[in-house]
Amino acid sequence: MNSEPTPPRAVVLRDSTPVSVQLEGDWRAAALPELAELPPLFAELDSLCIDGSKLAAWDSRLLATLLKLTRDAETNRCELVLESLPDSFDALMSLATAVPRYDSTAPPRASWFSPRRLKALLADVGDDLIDSLSFLGETLSAVARGLTPSSAMRTRDLAAACYRAGPDALGIIALTSTLVGMILAYLGAEQLRQFGAAIYVADLVAIGMLREMGALMTAVVMSGRTGAAYAAQLSSMQSNEEIDAISTLGMSPMEFLVAPRVIALCFTMPLLVVFADALGILGGGLVAGGMGVTPLQYMSQLQGALAPSHFFIGIVKAFVFALLIALAGCRAGMQAGRSSEGVGKATTEAVVTSVVYLIVADAAINILCQQLEI
Amino acid sequence: MGQPVIDVRNLTLAYGSRVIQQDVSFTVGAGDIFVIMGGSGCGKSSLLKNLLGLVEPATGQIFYGDTEFVSADAMTRQQLRRGWGITYQSGGLISAMTLAENVALPLQQYTSYSDSDVADVVALKLALVGLDGYQSYLPAEISGGMRKRAALARAIALDPDILFFDEPSAGLDPISSRLLDDLIVQLKESTGATVVMVTHELASIFAIATNSIYLDARTRRMIDSGNPAWLREHSEHAVVRQFLGRAAASGSEA
Repeated sequence: MNSEPTPPRAVVLRDSTPVSVQLEGDWRAAALPELAELPPLFAELDSLCIDGSKLAAWDSRLLATLLKLTRDAETNRCELVLESLPDSFDALMSLATAVPRYDSTAPPRASWFSPRRLKALLADVGDDLIDSLSFLGETLSAVARGLTPSSAMRTRDLAAACYRAGPDALGIIALTSTLVGMILAYLGAEQLRQFGAAIYVADLVAIGMLREMGALMTAVVMSGRTGAAYAAQLSSMQSNEEIDAISTLGMSPMEFLVAPRVIALCFTMPLLVVFADALGILGGGLVAGGMGVTPLQYMSQLQGALAPSHFFIGIVKAFVFALLIALAGCRAGMQAGRSSEGVGKATTEAVVTSVVYLIVADAAINILCQQLEI
Repeated sequence: MGQPVIDVRNLTLAYGSRVIQQDVSFTVGAGDIFVIMGGSGCGKSSLLKNLLGLVEPATGQIFYGDTEFVSADAMTRQQLRRGWGITYQSGGLISAMTLAENVALPLQQYTSYSDSDVADVVALKLALVGLDGYQSYLPAEISGGMRKRAALARAIALDPDILFFDEPSAGLDPISSRLLDDLIVQLKESTGATVVMVTHELASIFAIATNSIYLDARTRRMIDSGNPAWLREHSEHAVVRQFLGRAAASGSEA
């Protein structure tokens, strides 16, 4: 190889027969000559020779250029003759042209914003709503069948699901609900003290926990913990083709996989909420104690506040939230894509939808209670 | 045969205290199609991961030309890797990128080609594997066999000296798998690259391999090496002849 690399050049020799293009120098240089004058020649000539006898060095770009020229020449019915090029060129060239170029209309991918996309988005929301409802229906019927003795649902799965959605979650629920009780107490105590009514902190915490925060905070924690886990489990089963296997074995995946999870969460959530309520009230009591309310005062004030209606509204909410979390998680999992990417998407979707569901449902229940004056 | 391209000396593969293979030594000559064979779980893929530096061996040395790889620093490794093309068992195409972007990735990483040059080279590499025109497709939008070929296009983007394949024809039908084998041979012959391949597809092994080693799962050792067609007839180990489909299943282990 030359010690001094010569710059790459392409010389068109118009006088030779056939007309030929001589490639010279080191074609690995950063900037390669434009071969723009060649394509017009294809229309005039029957054949054109590319002569590589003075070529010093090259890389894939030369081959890529030659491939492009060959294609151009072909469409213009001009024959491109490669001469004195390295042997490997011929082999690679025939390999590259063995399969004709696939004339694809690129798969449709809409731009970020367009009327069509907006329309599709709205249609998606509508479809999603209908789809959720049909999933709800399927789930409820699967649950109903799951509770009959002959169902595909295994009690072992149900017990395992109950354990994971119940005792397993106690630690984190204890932590969050105690803290939420304390937060409520702090929030109220500061204001109430100005009126000399610090004792009413007990009412605030008790009603706040029982009616609202106990159920809502437990639900948020459970949607991140259990709802996401359902989505991840089911979607990885989807990508492992386990769900296909279950249905071809003649079992209903809804009954076999979804029903135990839904039943488990609907069973454990109300219990977790009772636990959360108790700890929240305890947490509130700690704060109240710090503000000069004695435990005895707190307890006796609580007696007036702990109305059964508050408690049962909280329990009803817990049950509704449990159903929504389980539905969002299982639906995201069952309808996940078959790739490993689908697992991540399903988990995100499960958490986002279930939190949205929770807040909408909570608002709806509160409005209903207000109207019914409960 | 000249100087070997890869020279592996007394390599021991282990995950923690669990030894997968001990004392593996072999050389790969320039222009070889070298196959690492063995039953499931014998450590074929682990050996490949060690060769690629994705997993560190417990002991031993790997020479690429004159450079020792195991003790090499990150810079040296990076330089060596520039000369390699690798296709992974499941393709390893980046799912969020189109085929063109996938193939362009090493070009943008290692060269200073202009954008139009990159596009031309991408078209060439895709044409070489018969996929020109599929530039704007995502990996999920093409078939499994096409994905394997697209991965091959990315592997050859930088005109590598060594091509590594992990189970190239796994999950392909016999015809696609045959076509892929042919493609590997053609590419190897026209570029002069050396090919190192992990596979247990007998058809591939006999069709293209020039040299091979056999890793035994039971003894955790490399028990034989040579041309697979020759080994099928003449290996002194019954298990190797059996693997290659010759000896009857008998207990006469040599």
